[in-house]
Amino acid sequence: MMADDELPGTPAGSSATRTPLEGDPALLDPAAAAVLVRDDATGAAGALDVSARAIRREHLRQLLRSPAFLTGMAIFLWWVVCAVFGRVIAPYDPVTGSLTQFNVPPSSTHWFGTDSLGRDVFSRVIVGARDILIIAPLATLLGTVVGTSLGLIQGYFRGVLDNVVGRIVDAVLALPFVIIAFLFVVAVGPSTITLILVIGLVFALIIARTVRTAVLQERELDYVAAARLRNESNAHIMFVEILPNVFAPIMVEFTVRLGYAIFAIATLSFLGFGIQPPTPDWGADIAASYQYLAAGYWWETLFPALAIASLIVAVNLIGDSIEAVVIQ
Amino acid sequence: MTIDASPQVNAPPGQALVVDAAHVDVTYTVRGTDRLAVRDISFQIGRQESFGLVGESGSGKTTMALAITRYLARNGRVSSGSITVNGQDVASLGKDALRSLRARTVSMVYQEPGRALNPTIRIGRQVAEVYEIAGLSKADAAGRAEQALRRVQISDPGRVIRSYPHQLSGGMLQRVVIAMALASEPALLILDEPTTALDATVEAEILDLVASLREEFHTGVLFISHNLAVIAKMCDRVGVMYAGELVEEGGAREVFEQPRHPYTVGLIRCIPRRGQRKDHGRLDTIPGFLPSPGQVPTGCVFAQRCGLAKERCFTEAPPMYEVSGTRYSRCHYHELAPTLPRATPADVQLPEPDRAAAPVITLREVSKTFAARGEQVHALTGVDLDLRLGETVGLVGESGSGKTTLARVLLGLTAPDQGSTLELEGKKLAPTAPQRNRDQLRAMQIVFQNPDSALNRRHSVRYQIGRALTKLAGLHGKQEEEALLDVVHSVRMEERHLDLRPAQLSGGLKQRVAIARAYAGNPQVLVCDEPTSALDVSVQAAILNLLAELQGREHVTYLFISHDLGVVRYLSDRIVVLYLGRIMEYGDAETVFSGPHHPYTEALLSAVPSLDGALRERIALTGEIPSPAHPPSGCVFHTRCPRRLPSGICESTEPPLAEAEPGHFMRCHIPLADLRALQHVSNE
Repeated sequence: MMADDELPGTPAGSSATRTPLEGDPALLDPAAAAVLVRDDATGAAGALDVSARAIRREHLRQLLRSPAFLTGMAIFLWWVVCAVFGRVIAPYDPVTGSLTQFNVPPSSTHWFGTDSLGRDVFSRVIVGARDILIIAPLATLLGTVVGTSLGLIQGYFRGVLDNVVGRIVDAVLALPFVIIAFLFVVAVGPSTITLILVIGLVFALIIARTVRTAVLQERELDYVAAARLRNESNAHIMFVEILPNVFAPIMVEFTVRLGYAIFAIATLSFLGFGIQPPTPDWGADIAASYQYLAAGYWWETLFPALAIASLIVAVNLIGDSIEAVVIQ
Repeated sequence: MTIDASPQVNAPPGQALVVDAAHVDVTYTVRGTDRLAVRDISFQIGRQESFGLVGESGSGKTTMALAITRYLARNGRVSSGSITVNGQDVASLGKDALRSLRARTVSMVYQEPGRALNPTIRIGRQVAEVYEIAGLSKADAAGRAEQALRRVQISDPGRVIRSYPHQLSGGMLQRVVIAMALASEPALLILDEPTTALDATVEAEILDLVASLREEFHTGVLFISHNLAVIAKMCDRVGVMYAGELVEEGGAREVFEQPRHPYTVGLIRCIPRRGQRKDHGRLDTIPGFLPSPGQVPTGCVFAQRCGLAKERCFTEAPPMYEVSGTRYSRCHYHELAPTLPRATPADVQLPEPDRAAAPVITLREVSKTFAARGEQVHALTGVDLDLRLGETVGLVGESGSGKTTLARVLLGLTAPDQGSTLELEGKKLAPTAPQRNRDQLRAMQIVFQNPDSALNRRHSVRYQIGRALTKLAGLHGKQEEEALLDVVHSVRMEERHLDLRPAQLSGGLKQRVAIARAYAGNPQVLVCDEPTSALDVSVQAAILNLLAELQGREHVTYLFISHDLGVVRYLSDRIVVLYLGRIMEYGDAETVFSGPHHPYTEALLSAVPSLDGALRERIALTGEIPSPAHPPSGCVFHTRCPRRLPSGICESTEPPLAEAEPGHFMRCHIPLADLRALQHVSNE
């Protein structure tokens, strides 16, 4: 029956030509006009209050009720604490090893055992959070800022520029990210700045694509036409009028990319092009120890690997929760 | 006066009821809080009867329709009362019985036909499927599908069967949906705003179709609409809903001619009709606004906004009073309803526009051709138009006639073709807005149809109006602040609204912000592109009053685009009728409306249902508006023209836009005298 097809997705009554709107607040009757303010002040159980503050509060409330978000946040904050206070928390010096205690399996003295150079794995895992948690957010931030600007320009101006950038993005994305980063690092030489630049710039291209799509929808709205009719500059229209309206997808993109950035840094470190030894780093430590797996020294590889996995999972849990709340 | 506590029994006795709703409450649970959306509604629909529910948005009309088919959202439920459909209590139906009810007894048609059909399946398949579910074989079902399409007056069912939904017009799709809805020969057909998304000419056809099918199928109809005139035309009886309650019920003509509830009285007064014009007086409005959903006032739901409310109204909820045998009103003082005092004084002093003055805007030979998929789409062809200071020019025509393109070209949002000339006070205007100087931009502004799109939802009211003052009027600091308050007060808003964002404002307030923004730079010309079509009638009245008042004070010229001819007539001094990007007729509003008309204008006017009951002879337009990519030869209207000349001149030669009588231009081969005779226009 036709009605069966239609109903679930179609709450009848709204359309482009006639949007359901409430009545007009009193022009003559101050008592009735006060209803609007009253709704605003009390929040009327949340549904009627649509001020920006109330929406943010409601989003936060939903996030704090989400087990995924709380779990992700707990893990993430643990690693942030490690990154900041790692040297204080770590029971041993993560760089200088013991000359006698090498390849010791996990025990009460060395919770995660020691590696082939006699360094405490637990201490290295804790201190290893630092560089990755500096580089990954910086790279993602760079990518988001550049990518957002690029996406705004593409979506707003369209035309030749949009096409050229679009094809460059296609070309870059056709190659595996690790290979691009690898080539770049080989050419320029590994350093923190290099890592931030290469990850940030590649991400910028990907983020630009998301932003562009959102901007294409926004630019057709009448407020953009109204801005043109009052002689606003293109920069103003892009960054002051449109940008705030595409902020939600940008935020989601940021958290998703942060997860990928952590993954990318760990991979590059593993390959030897990321964070350089002897600085404690999870990827580099796995690279240094995986050859001993066959000898049964599993702890030297397992714990750094779990650290990487937990951080990525945490970031993704946070990102997914934010996406579910912000983009409904 | 008797108090009637039992459900009203209005259907003729001895006739089975299709719907019997008794004291129905519907509650939605929103985040743990129960909200009463519909309260104590009782009505009945007899077999073959057509019952209308009318009311503004948020009044609970659709909720009621969903309750009848038990299609309420998961958080909604009928919390009290009972609904019986065709003798079955809907609440007690099991899964199978409910499915059978929805499949065989009740069908629904909604506002957006495009969303009721699956875009990836051909029409023929979708219609046939309904018959297959009813148990027919594939081959039989396909045959029945074609018949069904013929029955909804689709002239070329063969083509439609092979089409996908996106290849058909909205009117055609709505016919298909109706065909599917009637496939099971249901006892009850629920139509929820079935024509709101359609053009007036198409609406008229669909309404005629529904009326004739109702006779043929002996179906009971529940017709839901915000449009009083449509309800008046389509329904035997009508129920007026307000804030979840049925406030008045009775025969459709009686209710609209002699309303007995202050809300109905107010609602009818909000609508410009009987040729009412802005210089005759302001429209009346309904003060205040709808109580927020779930708010249950102690007294009458309408008391807060009612000019007749007495102490009792605030303390004691009125029952449904029986006014006469078939009339009910939920008002303690229903006999006083017609004496409802005006909420807005009628007296108005509007200056006459100076008809001899030099035009503010001159358009000459304005054309616009879009290139789409290798085709040349002629959106505008050779438009000549003058706009004079302080006048309102109404722009009417079906969708696709070029109204909005003309507005965008004028504003410089769309560049016209080479050879088009636009002048502002005799000075040539650059084709696009960025090439125009600040004075020229300031001189022309627009109020868009949809304030949700026109206002930036991330910025405060203060920012949006203030920015216009800065950029257009060049004001800063203290001067800007003063001007801001000035313009905000002139649209009857208050300072406390300034720091709100659009989502916190009602539809009417949003449109006021848009008007304030447009007025910020003291424009000379304001384009109003359907400024009230997204609003409820009571809000529309206030906005129209405001536009008329501001115009009188500021001497602004309006180019007013609307599909609502009543609204256009109320506000306009002159009318321009567009068809396929050409001006078909223009002249003084009164001349154009009183006739003789161009045959296209005649058809447009006759398509609009009227609340006054004075039914015009319907001039049905056959066929759909042709594609502007391939305009017909000769007169572009000849393919649909009911008055086409037999000589064949209409097919071969395009008539010029000629002055048929002083100040009245028409693009038609038929002489004015003949049109006058054909249209029975008295020769004044």
